[in-house]
Amino acid sequence: MSAFVMPSLGADMEAGTLVEQIVAPGDVVKRGDIIAAVETQKGVIEIEVFEDGILESWVASIGDEVPVGTPLAVIRAPGEPETRAPSDAVPTPEPPVATAPEVLPDVAAPTTKPATERRKITPAARQLAKERGVDLDMLDTAPGVPITRADVEAVAPAPASPVDEMRRAIAAAMSRSKREIPHYYLSHEVDLTATDAFLTGTNADRPPESRLLAGAVYAAAIAKALNKYPEFNGHYLNECFQPSDAINLGFAINLRAGGLVAPALFETETCDLDTLMRNLRDLVGRVRAGRFRARELSDATITLTSLGERGVDQLYGVIYPPQVAIVGIGTPRLRPCVHEDMVMPRLMATLTLAADHRVSDGHRGALFLKKIDTYLQTPEHL
Amino acid sequence: MTRADIETAIAEELHRIAPEIEMNDIDRSEDLRDECDIDSMDFLNLVTALGQRFGAAMPEADYPQMRSFEALTDYLVEKTA
Repeated sequence: MSAFVMPSLGADMEAGTLVEQIVAPGDVVKRGDIIAAVETQKGVIEIEVFEDGILESWVASIGDEVPVGTPLAVIRAPGEPETRAPSDAVPTPEPPVATAPEVLPDVAAPTTKPATERRKITPAARQLAKERGVDLDMLDTAPGVPITRADVEAVAPAPASPVDEMRRAIAAAMSRSKREIPHYYLSHEVDLTATDAFLTGTNADRPPESRLLAGAVYAAAIAKALNKYPEFNGHYLNECFQPSDAINLGFAINLRAGGLVAPALFETETCDLDTLMRNLRDLVGRVRAGRFRARELSDATITLTSLGERGVDQLYGVIYPPQVAIVGIGTPRLRPCVHEDMVMPRLMATLTLAADHRVSDGHRGALFLKKIDTYLQTPEHL
Repeated sequence: MTRADIETAIAEELHRIAPEIEMNDIDRSEDLRDECDIDSMDFLNLVTALGQRFGAAMPEADYPQMRSFEALTDYLVEKTA
C-alpha cells in the first residue's frame, strides 16, 4: 500500500487543486497511466501514477487544495491484500468493481454517436484540443472513457521538435534573466596580436589533433582573472550570491539545427591550455552529437560567448541564471592602432561583460575585464 | 589516389560535421566555412580527419590554400601525389 502524493510540478509550486479523478477506486493502474488532473498556476496538468497496482481509494476530493507531498490517493500493489474497515476483515469475494460507467453518468447513447452529446474530457485535454483546433467529435475514443491529452495528442501531434524544445528552454532562461537580473554592461578593446602569434607559434609544428584554438586561451585567461575577481563566478540563489570555489566556465556552443547551449568546462582554473583544448574539443563534439550531461548545464558558474572568426565586432550576452556574469568576445580583425607610438595594424577584438548589478559594480567589472586583457598579452604564461 | 577519391573523402568528412548540407548545393569555389557554416572547431576537426586519412601534415600555415572545396581538393591532390 502506498500513497500517491501531489507531485511538485515546478520549483515554485506549493499546492495544487484536484480537479479530476480519472480512475475510480478498484481500477487497475499501470505506471505511466494518467489518473488525475490538478490545477496549478501553470494551468491544468494531468498527473501520472508511478507504479503498477490498484487504486484503493481517493484521499482527496475534487476541489481540494492539496499541498505538494500530501497524499491524493492510496495505491495497492498487485497481489497485496485489500484493506477494508476492521469490521470487514473477512475478505469476501466480490465481483470486480465496475469501472467507468458508475462515475460517468453522461455516457453517449449506445446506438450512434450523437454529435451533440457532451463528451467526458479532462480539462487539460480540453485546453489542448482548443489550442490545436481539434474537433472533439472527431476523436474515436470508447464511450464513457474520458478523453485525455494523449487522445488529443494522437490526432493532433505536437509541432514540438528538439529545436522547439531548445527555443522554449532558451526563452524560459532568457526571459527569467531579463526579468530578474539587473544587467550592467562594459566593453573593452583588446589587442589579440600576442595571442594570435602565440597560437601560430605553438601550432606550427603540431599535428591537427593537438592544435590549440583561441577559445582555449580565452577560457584560461578568464579563469585566471576570476581568481582575483571571484564576485563574477558563482550563482545568485535565494536573494544572495553564492561564490563558487571551482571555476566551471560555461562555453556557449552554437548548434547547427538552431539554438545554443553553454555547458561547463569543469574546474577551468586547474587546467593548462592543452587540457582545456582537449576538454573543449570533447565538449563541443558531445554537445553537437546531443550527448552532454545535465550537470554540465546546471553547474556552470560563468559563461563565455565567443563569436569566432566569422562574426561581428561585439556582442553583449544575456546572463544565464543563476549565474551572475557573461563575458563576450567579438570577431578579431585587423584595425589601425597606436602601438608603441606608431599607427600600425593590430589584431583587435572587443571584449564585453554583462554582469549582475545585485552582486557587483561597474568599477570591479572594469578591473575584471582589464585583468583578462592583461593575461591575453602573455598567453605563454597561461 | 584519384582526384575523385579525394573529393569523396572531403564530402564524407564534411557530411560528418555538417550533415544537413547537400554537397551538390555548395559553391565549390567559395569559402568553405561560409558555404557549410563551419566554425574554427569544425574546420580543425575537418583538417584532423583529412590529415589522418591521407597522412598529410596540413600545417596551419597552409590553411589559406584550403579556403574552398576546390582549393582543398587541389591541395590534397598535390600533397598525396
